[in-house]
Parts: sequence; structure tokens; C-alpha cells
Amino acid sequence: MALEFRAVTKVFPTNAGTPLTAVSGVSFRVDEGEFVSVVGPSGCGKSTILSMTAGLYQPSEGEVLVSGTRVDGPNAHVGFMLQKDLLLPWRTIISNIEFGLESRGVPRAERRARAIAELRHCHLDGFETQYPYQLSGGMRQRAALARTLAIDPEIILLDEPFSALDAQTKLLLQNSFAKTIAEAGKTTLLITHDLAEAVLMSDRILVLSERPGTIIAEIKVDLPHRNEPIKRRVLPEVSDYAAQLFKHLKLEEKAA
Amino acid sequence: MTDATATQAGAKAPAVTRKPANPGGPRMDHRLKTTVASLGLLALVLLAWQYLPTALDVPKYIIPTLTDCLFELKRMWLYDGLTAHTLSTALYTLLGFAIGSLLGATLGYLLGMSAFWEKVLSPYILALQIAPKVAFAPLFIMWFGYNSVPKLLVTVLIVFFPVLVNVLQAMRTVDRDLINLARAYSLSRLGIFWKIEMPSTLPNLMAGLRIASTLAVIGVTVGELVGGNTGLGYLISYGGGQANAAMVFNAIVLLTVIGFVLYSALVRIEDRVLHYLPKAHG
Repeated sequence: MALEFRAVTKVFPTNAGTPLTAVSGVSFRVDEGEFVSVVGPSGCGKSTILSMTAGLYQPSEGEVLVSGTRVDGPNAHVGFMLQKDLLLPWRTIISNIEFGLESRGVPRAERRARAIAELRHCHLDGFETQYPYQLSGGMRQRAALARTLAIDPEIILLDEPFSALDAQTKLLLQNSFAKTIAEAGKTTLLITHDLAEAVLMSDRILVLSERPGTIIAEIKVDLPHRNEPIKRRVLPEVSDYAAQLFKHLKLEEKAA
Repeated sequence: MTDATATQAGAKAPAVTRKPANPGGPRMDHRLKTTVASLGLLALVLLAWQYLPTALDVPKYIIPTLTDCLFELKRMWLYDGLTAHTLSTALYTLLGFAIGSLLGATLGYLLGMSAFWEKVLSPYILALQIAPKVAFAPLFIMWFGYNSVPKLLVTVLIVFFPVLVNVLQAMRTVDRDLINLARAYSLSRLGIFWKIEMPSTLPNLMAGLRIASTLAVIGVTVGELVGGNTGLGYLISYGGGQANAAMVFNAIVLLTVIGFVLYSALVRIEDRVLHYLPKAHG
């Protein structure tokens, strides 16, 4: 079991005085090597799930386990990526990729070697000495993925990493991410509001309700080509899955 | 966005070039034009300065002409120890700037790391920031006497605040997600400071230093005007007492030069240090 949420509830204190329950009684498991997406309306606590997995804050109730150990702080098993690439603008691409290794006592030469290997995996050869501003948005996200993979995490958390990109770049990047992640054999949790993206990239989809977020449905995506969303995209079943998600999120009622 | 956006996100993306490869071209012409216009304007002002006062019968002790000033400059250099006065002012400007900005930056970073102390101290910082610092000069002279301490203190005080405020402001607005990323990578508090906060705040620190450099000259000048017998500020008050307007003019020009040199040096350093920021074309 790579990741497990056991009856997790998270309550935030607010300035107004009434505490805000972001997620309530969330339980799910993610197997090793599995790609699971979490979809839900905005403000349903998707990112709260991610932050608790990363150990940035603790659940108010219940517990989060990564590889069987309780998460009680930031730890080396989890790598996360956001919509923002969070590359350090004052560092070159290669030294950005090394960033996560620096606080782990990895010797300089090994850091560089691992960073170069990840640079290759993410198809960024030749961009080592460039600065982030010299790269396009899609390339920057790939550099961020390389940085995430460089620490060799057991779980990769992706918080809407494609949402700031144009449609074409998005598709190419989804494909390249899916491939790279499948090759690395990493367990992945993708937070997204893009229903098609969830269907194209996942083994399983968890649907969250509106705040306080609870899991209202779990959909197993029984389609081939998980590591090639571009191929999966043309399968006719994709729209059925999307329609299912649509229904669970009651989007039609809301539109009416 | 830079021109890099144009590159495809595909695997075979071509290398992005550092700068657009058009040396010369319309931009060069444009720069030449502005330089010529700038110099032309300077020549015009200098000519007006030389001939207008005499033409309008303005006496020399009100507005000396350009040549009056140049003759006076030579006289000051030969008989009034102008070099020593100028060097003294330059030295104290630099010293006050260095001490003041070091203190301002240090306190800015310390307060930036402690929300509690920032809240406790911020009303007093605001009050001190609003208080006219140059007005402290007579007090400092009463306390420390007619030596170089008062002018140094005024300079330090005047330089201190813009640096402090800029650093503090920048520390407050460091990207929380970057800090979370560093935390997720298990960086220590000190590690987060050196690897995230310090570099993130560098642009604001540099902006603060630039403002401070122009104020440093004011601090020293006021210090020298109020007390003491060295420096360009002293020459201003001496020249003013003797109705020697040319002397005052010269001292002002030299003070401006000192400030300008310091400012340009900082701009140079800033360009070096912040080379990773995309430059606005212009």
C-alpha cells in the first residue's frame, strides 16, 4: 500500500470564528504504481488532501499513511508539483533539479549525475545552463517534474500541473508526464478539475463532493494506454467515463 | 513572457537563444538619437547658463556664469583644499551608506523572520520613518560634538529606513508555495532563509539600496552643513556666508557627482546580481 487515508477530517480555524471543514471522513487507498486522480468542484479540499500527504499540515482527525508509516511532517517519500512550476528563477535548470537533493546529504557529484539523468528523462537535454525565464511554460513544468523525480519519491503528488498551459502544450505534456511516470514506476496522485484529463491519465478516479469534501464516487478506468493519453484520447469509451463524472458532479443540474 | 514561449513543448524543442540576434538595427539608431538629443539639451543649458545671466544683468553673487564657476573651481582646488573636502564627503557617504544599509537589511531580515517582533516594532518603525531624520543633526552635535560622528549618524539613520522597509516588505511577500516546497524537501529554517528568502528578496534589497544611495548624500551634506569644518557641505555653508555663489554651485555639482557615482555602481552591481531576471526591452 503506497498511500492510505483513514477517515481523515481537516478543520481550519478562520478569522471569522466559525471553523472551516475542508474535508470530512475521507478514506481511500492507492496501490503501488497506481495513478489515481481526485476530481471535484473548486474549493472541495482537493489541495488539502495533497498538503496532508506531503506532510505540510496534519489531519484534525484520522491519519495519513505513506508506505505504511504515519505522515507527521514533511518527508522524503513524497514529491509534489503545483500549477506553478516553482522553479527558482536565480538558479539554472540543472541546479533547480538538484534543489531537492541538497538537504539530503547527497554528495555534489552524485547530485549532478542524478539531475542530468532526470533532465534526460524529461527531454530537457541541452537546457542545463539556461535560466527558467528562458524556457516555455511546458518546458518549465517538465523541469519541475525532473526536480520531483530526482529525489526518487515513493509518491508523486500533482496539483493541477497542466492547468496553466494552452490546450496543445497540455496534451503533449500530459503524454510526456504519463510516459515518464510510467517508466519510473511511480505511484501518483493527481488533483485536477479537468475531467477529461482524469480519464486520460488515471487507473482510478476519486470524486469529491462540495465542501466539506467527502468521496462520493470511485471510478475505475478500464482502458488501455495509461502511459499514452494521446492514444487513449481517441477511444470511444472516454466520453462515457467523462459523462459518468459529469453526472456525479451534478454539472447538468448546476447548468440548468 | 519572453520569446522562449514560442518554442514548442515537444521533445525536439530547439535551443532557445539568449538574446535576439540583431546587433545594430533600428534599436541602435534609436539609442543614437536619444544620446544626441540628450547631449544637445546639455549644450543648450550650458550656453544659457553662460550667456543669460550677463544678458539679463543678474549679478555674479546671485547666478555666476559657467566660466565664473570653473574659475572658482580652480581657485577652490588650489587654495581651499577642495580635493580633501570632496574625498572626505565621498568617504562619509560611502561609510554611512554601508553601515546604514547593513543595519537596515539585517533588521529587515530578522523582523521578516519573526511575525511577532515585526508587529511589536512596526508602529515605532513607522514613526521613526516619518520623522525627518535630518532634523536630528543638531541633537547629534550636542551629544557627540563637532566631529565626524554626527554626520555619520545622520547618514546611517537616513539610509537605514528605505533598506529596512524594502527588505521587510519583500520578506512578507515571499511566495508561500516556494517555502512549502522547501519544507517538503526538508530544508531547515536557516536553509529556507539562504536558499529561498534571501534570493527572493534580492530585487527589493537592491531597489532599497538604490534609493538609499541617493539619500546618503543628503545625510552627509546636512551633517556637514550643520557642524564641522570639512566636506562639501561645509564649503556650501562657508561659500553661502561669503556670498560666493560660485562656490556653492560647485559644491552642489560635486555632491551630485558623488551620489551619481554611487548610484551607477549600484546599478552595475544590480545588473550583475539579478542577471536571471528577464529584462524589459527598451
